[in-house]
Amino acid sequence: MSKTKGYLNMELLRFTTAGSVDDGKSTLIGRLLYDSKAIFDDQMNLLEEANRQRGEEGINLALLTDGLRSEREQGITIDVAYRYFATPKRKFIIADTPGHIQYTRNMVTGASTANLALLLVDARHGVIEQTKRHAFIASLLQIPHIAVCINKMDLADYDQEVFEKIKSDFESFASKLEIKDMHFIPISALNGDNVVTRSEHMNWYEGSTLMHLLENIHIGSDHNHVDCRFPVQYVIRPQSVKYPDYRGYSGRIEGGIFKSGDNVTVLPSGFTSRIKSIDTFNGEVHEAFSPMSVCITLEDDIDISRGDMLVREKNQPKVSQDIDLMICWMNEKKMIPKGKYTIRHTSQTARCIVKNIQYKIDINTLHRNQKDKQIGLNDIGRISIRTTKPLFFDSYRRNRNTGSIILVDEATNETVAAGMII
Amino acid sequence: MSSYNLTHLKVLESEAIFILREVAAQFERPVMLFSGGKDSIIMFHLARKAFHPGKIPFPLMHVDTGHNFPETIMFRDRLMKETGESIIVKYVQDSINNGTATEETGVNASRNGLQTITLLEGLEEGKYDCAMGGARRDEEKARAKERFFSHRDEFGQWDPKNQRPELWNLFNGRKGIGEHFRIFPISNWTEMDVWQYILNENIALPLLYFSHKREVVLRDGVLLAKCEHITLKEGEKWEEKIIRCRTIGDMTCTGVVESEANDLDAIIKEVASTRITERGGRADDKRSEAAMEDRKKEGYF
Repeated sequence: MSKTKGYLNMELLRFTTAGSVDDGKSTLIGRLLYDSKAIFDDQMNLLEEANRQRGEEGINLALLTDGLRSEREQGITIDVAYRYFATPKRKFIIADTPGHIQYTRNMVTGASTANLALLLVDARHGVIEQTKRHAFIASLLQIPHIAVCINKMDLADYDQEVFEKIKSDFESFASKLEIKDMHFIPISALNGDNVVTRSEHMNWYEGSTLMHLLENIHIGSDHNHVDCRFPVQYVIRPQSVKYPDYRGYSGRIEGGIFKSGDNVTVLPSGFTSRIKSIDTFNGEVHEAFSPMSVCITLEDDIDISRGDMLVREKNQPKVSQDIDLMICWMNEKKMIPKGKYTIRHTSQTARCIVKNIQYKIDINTLHRNQKDKQIGLNDIGRISIRTTKPLFFDSYRRNRNTGSIILVDEATNETVAAGMII
Repeated sequence: MSSYNLTHLKVLESEAIFILREVAAQFERPVMLFSGGKDSIIMFHLARKAFHPGKIPFPLMHVDTGHNFPETIMFRDRLMKETGESIIVKYVQDSINNGTATEETGVNASRNGLQTITLLEGLEEGKYDCAMGGARRDEEKARAKERFFSHRDEFGQWDPKNQRPELWNLFNGRKGIGEHFRIFPISNWTEMDVWQYILNENIALPLLYFSHKREVVLRDGVLLAKCEHITLKEGEKWEEKIIRCRTIGDMTCTGVVESEANDLDAIIKEVASTRITERGGRADDKRSEAAMEDRKKEGYF
């Protein structure tokens, strides 16, 4: 297979990194980027130059991701940064989230699209509050895979016992969470042990290196291929000489597999029809699955518009105006009890009222606080809302695409909360 | 790879199409910016895909600095003719004539900064509430922090410290009166993805991207192509070299590279082995460490 052909067959893995600078996160990312040749000479020169001006020794890889002037000035990461690299097997998108400032808001953002979360633990400090916080958010956001990198093994004499202790501490905490797939890797980001190449210092470790895991972890099942969900995004009606009567429903498959000839039910009307064709620019396709963007035509002329959803008659989402959610608050303005917000869900937009706040979670202890119901920036809590019109949804656990919502402040238009339907 | 798995190029394509359709659905008067470079050619291609078999439901707009490579303009006009789509052209020269923009002086004079003025005038004139661009996050460090849906105030300014969080695929295009959005459907593509996609989809490009002979001058480590807008400094001279463009912008600030790559396969090999970033040759980015961020804050796309 030629190099070109090989590249065309690569998969995409999105992962998020959590940890602070002290955990060696930047060093680890820097190493992944550097070893996969994603850092270029001119970037390296700029870094060296920037460091010289600051009078610092060596290369500060954080400067690669901290792109904003204020971030450089303050030496902190404010926002999620996206980085890219590829190996011959996969293309990777890293959502690099800051460890300290606004960690919840940023990590939730990075986690929302990730297949995998990379959590860093300092071998000398073990599982600390921050580790638990990150693990909790990863499980809340239902990131399918978690890789726990126990870093700085070089400073712990590459000791197997240190690794096993941290692993079992993490596992016992994680048993309270919902994590589907967990991996533990002892590494030294600084020296490169078990990052890209196997460590010569830890023969007791028989698992894969981090890069091997990233390249080979099975992500084919991360999409829901069971429950057919097609939210209509935009109606295509060319009304041209060539296509006078064409009426296609464009959108992205958010679950299941649709085939031409399939019977479908349209929500909210409940009308049924049959799929006439699944069209793309490159021609008709026989079947379509998540996350393909397609255009579907039906046998019958039914009134369908943006916000409607095509599903299977025997496998329908919940249809309701009363919704229970876990939310993460992302705005400095606190949530207003009984407040009204705009809600965005799939291709739907509605308004909603916060009916009830059940509890707020202390993300360090996982304690459910039913007394303090003030939900402010970076808080996570469980609430009930009522929407102005029914939404068609699944639980977030079952389908991240049809189980997620955002709340928008009606005065400022800012996105104020991320919600996961229970 | 199982049969229900997409390649990364298909995933990126689907993501971009999803965003283009979201723009058409959420905004009243969107416009797509087109520069004639490969990224905007890909955007145009994706827009045709997104609304097929219908036409693209929004206009295209080119901000013409008057310093373009003539090949770019020829390519643009031919592409529109062949696809039956149309484009609005706004001239920086008009802004200069009207007195809203002032030409820079000096040897490194460039109209790059003036583009922003003409762009904002064009957006205002057409009452556009959203402008789509082909910027990518891998291009430049300030862009690595930019959202797909990037909110701008009534002056077109970007506030990088106060960006809306962007989660899942739920995009929030709500805005106040006079505010607008810049939208970047191919944010997640890398230079390599773009070239692979061009190869895969057999997309035509201006010949500037392929190796050819041209007179150039070496200035501050960057090779600039000969044109009427560049005046030689003392000690500089035009030399003929075999070159190609990695990016296409104004002739006054787009560095060309010495290259023998004259087809897509050769370009992809070159991209895979190169050790300099794509914008490494852009004099406009070199004005300061945060040059891109500063221009974006003012309204550059």
